[in-house]
Amino acid sequence: MNRKTTSLIGAAAALALALTACGGTGSTSSGGGGATAGAYDKDATIQIGSLYEPQNLDNTEGGGQGVTEAFNGNVYEGLFRLTDDGKVDNLLAQDYKVGSDGLTYTFTLRDGVKFHSGKALTSADVKYSIEKVIAPDSQSARKSSFAGIKKIETPDDHTVTVTLATKSISFVYNLSYVWIINDQAKSLTTSEDGTGPYKLGTWKRGSTLSLDRFAGYWGTAPTNKQVVFHYFTDATALNNALLTDAVDVVTSEQSPDALAQFNGNQNYKVNNGHSTTKLLLAFNDRKAPFDKPLVRKAITSAIDNKKLLDSIWGEYGTLIGSMVPPTDPWYEDLTKVNPYDLTLAKKELTDAGYPNGFEFTLDTPNYDPHPTAATFIKSELAKVGVTVKINIITADQWYTKVYKNRDFAATMQEHVNDRDVVWYGDPDFYWGYDNPQVTDWVKQAEESDTADQQTALLKKVNEQIAADAASDWLYLYPQIVVASSSLSGYPLNGLNSQFYAYGIKKSA
Amino acid sequence: MTAYLLRRTAFLVVSLLLAAAVLFLLLRLLPGDPANSLLSVGATPDQIEAARHQIGTDRPLPEQFVSWLGQLATFDLGESFVSTLPVGPEIATRLVVTVPLTLLSFVLAVVVAVPVGFVAAHKANTWYGSILSGVSQLGIAVPVFWVGMLLITVFSLSLRVLPAGGFPQDDWADPAKALTSLTLPVITVALVMSASLIRYVRSATLDVLGSDYLRTSRALGSSFARAMWRHGLRNAVVPVISILGIELASTFLGAVVVESVFALPGLGGMLVKGLAQHDYPVIQGILFVSTLVVLVIGFVADLVQRLIDPRLRHSLARDAR
Repeated sequence: MNRKTTSLIGAAAALALALTACGGTGSTSSGGGGATAGAYDKDATIQIGSLYEPQNLDNTEGGGQGVTEAFNGNVYEGLFRLTDDGKVDNLLAQDYKVGSDGLTYTFTLRDGVKFHSGKALTSADVKYSIEKVIAPDSQSARKSSFAGIKKIETPDDHTVTVTLATKSISFVYNLSYVWIINDQAKSLTTSEDGTGPYKLGTWKRGSTLSLDRFAGYWGTAPTNKQVVFHYFTDATALNNALLTDAVDVVTSEQSPDALAQFNGNQNYKVNNGHSTTKLLLAFNDRKAPFDKPLVRKAITSAIDNKKLLDSIWGEYGTLIGSMVPPTDPWYEDLTKVNPYDLTLAKKELTDAGYPNGFEFTLDTPNYDPHPTAATFIKSELAKVGVTVKINIITADQWYTKVYKNRDFAATMQEHVNDRDVVWYGDPDFYWGYDNPQVTDWVKQAEESDTADQQTALLKKVNEQIAADAASDWLYLYPQIVVASSSLSGYPLNGLNSQFYAYGIKKSA
Repeated sequence: MTAYLLRRTAFLVVSLLLAAAVLFLLLRLLPGDPANSLLSVGATPDQIEAARHQIGTDRPLPEQFVSWLGQLATFDLGESFVSTLPVGPEIATRLVVTVPLTLLSFVLAVVVAVPVGFVAAHKANTWYGSILSGVSQLGIAVPVFWVGMLLITVFSLSLRVLPAGGFPQDDWADPAKALTSLTLPVITVALVMSASLIRYVRSATLDVLGSDYLRTSRALGSSFARAMWRHGLRNAVVPVISILGIELASTFLGAVVVESVFALPGLGGMLVKGLAQHDYPVIQGILFVSTLVVLVIGFVADLVQRLIDPRLRHSLARDAR
């Protein structure tokens, strides 16, 4: 259905028809969870349980993962929308054209879009919003993606022209993270003025955040009247809330042990979606012994990732053997490149000049699942004569020691974003993988003319880093949404922590 | 009494200032960079520097301390590094949960502990006196979170009569709803708190029961109840009140655990998050307010003791001369 929606999206009238015909808003319904298709309560309040409370309500001021979850697509909309299955649809941009040089993007804005404050959307708001992300004091995680913007112009109220210094095929995709905000809006850390299907009700810090259906929304109205995010710090408390019907759905289940009480209970549905969070054993590729690809390959082959995943997540989660999750267009299964094989691992160690193994320190963040995984790695590597010293550090120490000072031999870290294989093209990144060929492919991929070209190049990148065992990609996390059986239409994948609520239906 | 009040108030202010200085310094001694919590993987060195400059941790320590004191003098607790939102108002919204939780638990604990402790002492030689005493001993050993989880399992998950956690979005707009949310947490804290209170009440009562003045009063013809009421209670209550002050303060500070178990938006949750993120203004603000509360509780407990016990008042009068 998403493809169909995309092709129809050019004309606003046609879009509205298509959405009505599909019985839901474009992006969620095809991936939407829950079986119910029958009658639903149009004025329901959906109670959502989450572990990620926003720090504040502005994603350029450090609002964090929580504000992305609550606001992306719900309160704020971008020119484009990243759908729950990883595609990019037009949203506030009705259409766009790329100049023949591939450097000039001309966006035509959708008609009849109003902010929650009542002001009509104009190109000035779009210019303001993009500039807010790239401003010097911006804390946006996406800031560096827009480094190539040369100028932003607004020839008229409906048109925005952006000129880039170098070609960037991800530009449109990246714009899906830029909230379009009223350029007159004030105190955005505690309030909002977006164009989305919901406006902010109240945010009670440490507890709840409610969103109310916005009557003046330009598109299809949400299938519920209100959503309330309930924030928890304790996974058990969150599961208790679901068990006692205090919440209807948990955006991302992080406690594998709790799944048993929902599985096989007809009142709940456990949905196994695709996440983009990868657990990495990241080597410091600059320093011996991990500067040798053969050593990294040996370590990778000596660890039974399947056993690790099973022991932490049971039947959930996926092995990918590389940095690219299945929702990225350039995914391919590379689990065979460095298979689990102790004989191979020992041979590789011998060939690399370490027939008797070696010892290294593994800087391990102190929160789950890292310490468990580190202990497992230690026992696995002991079998090939490699001694692991586990050094437990806080998240804060990780940033200082590993990320900034690169003072480490190997570390563990979760990498949450999609399409982040491109970091292997940056020799200055913390893991220090430096392959000029890969750097060049990543650069070329970004400057490609077509998505096919980009995909082909990034596949090459992915194959190369797997062949070099740039890191050991232990596994891809599961993305588990647990919901009451009375609910349907909720997003399953929650890509990049988004959680579109406008298609959620509660049976009457 | 006025001189005493003045002296006691001056002591309060000096203690607060000292506490502020200690707080500030101890936090800075902790390893870690607050700028880290503002960033995600992918942040550039420029962004890191900008973050540090923005929150002011690149300024010299004395300068940071003086500016904090200046803020305190104007009742401003500053702004969180992480959220950039003012700390004071957030603490105020959290107190709406933590203060009622503390006070209700305290009242319930006293209501339970005083009669039980009295009976445990008065009937110390009977089987139920021993049982009461034994149960209270057990209560001291049980951790708060375990009691909380037990109550949730029984009353929320099995019987489904009370919520497992959370607090109404509109706070106390509907007092019945707010009280319902607080029922299990209050019982949890009160149970654990009353266990130790029972021990104190019991031992204070035992002292009084064995005292000469009570025996004399009885010999002069007073009934047991009258003798206890006129002489025993006043004497027994003095040590108990100083313990109550300490218990109240520790309940307030110990709310962290019970708030996390019951997902209550109280001060404890805010403190834990602030600590994890090295959010100095948040930690300083909460600890400063907590210190203030604890000092004031101690102050009030002192005053109450003096009002009840003439011996303290007289020693005070002598001091004043």
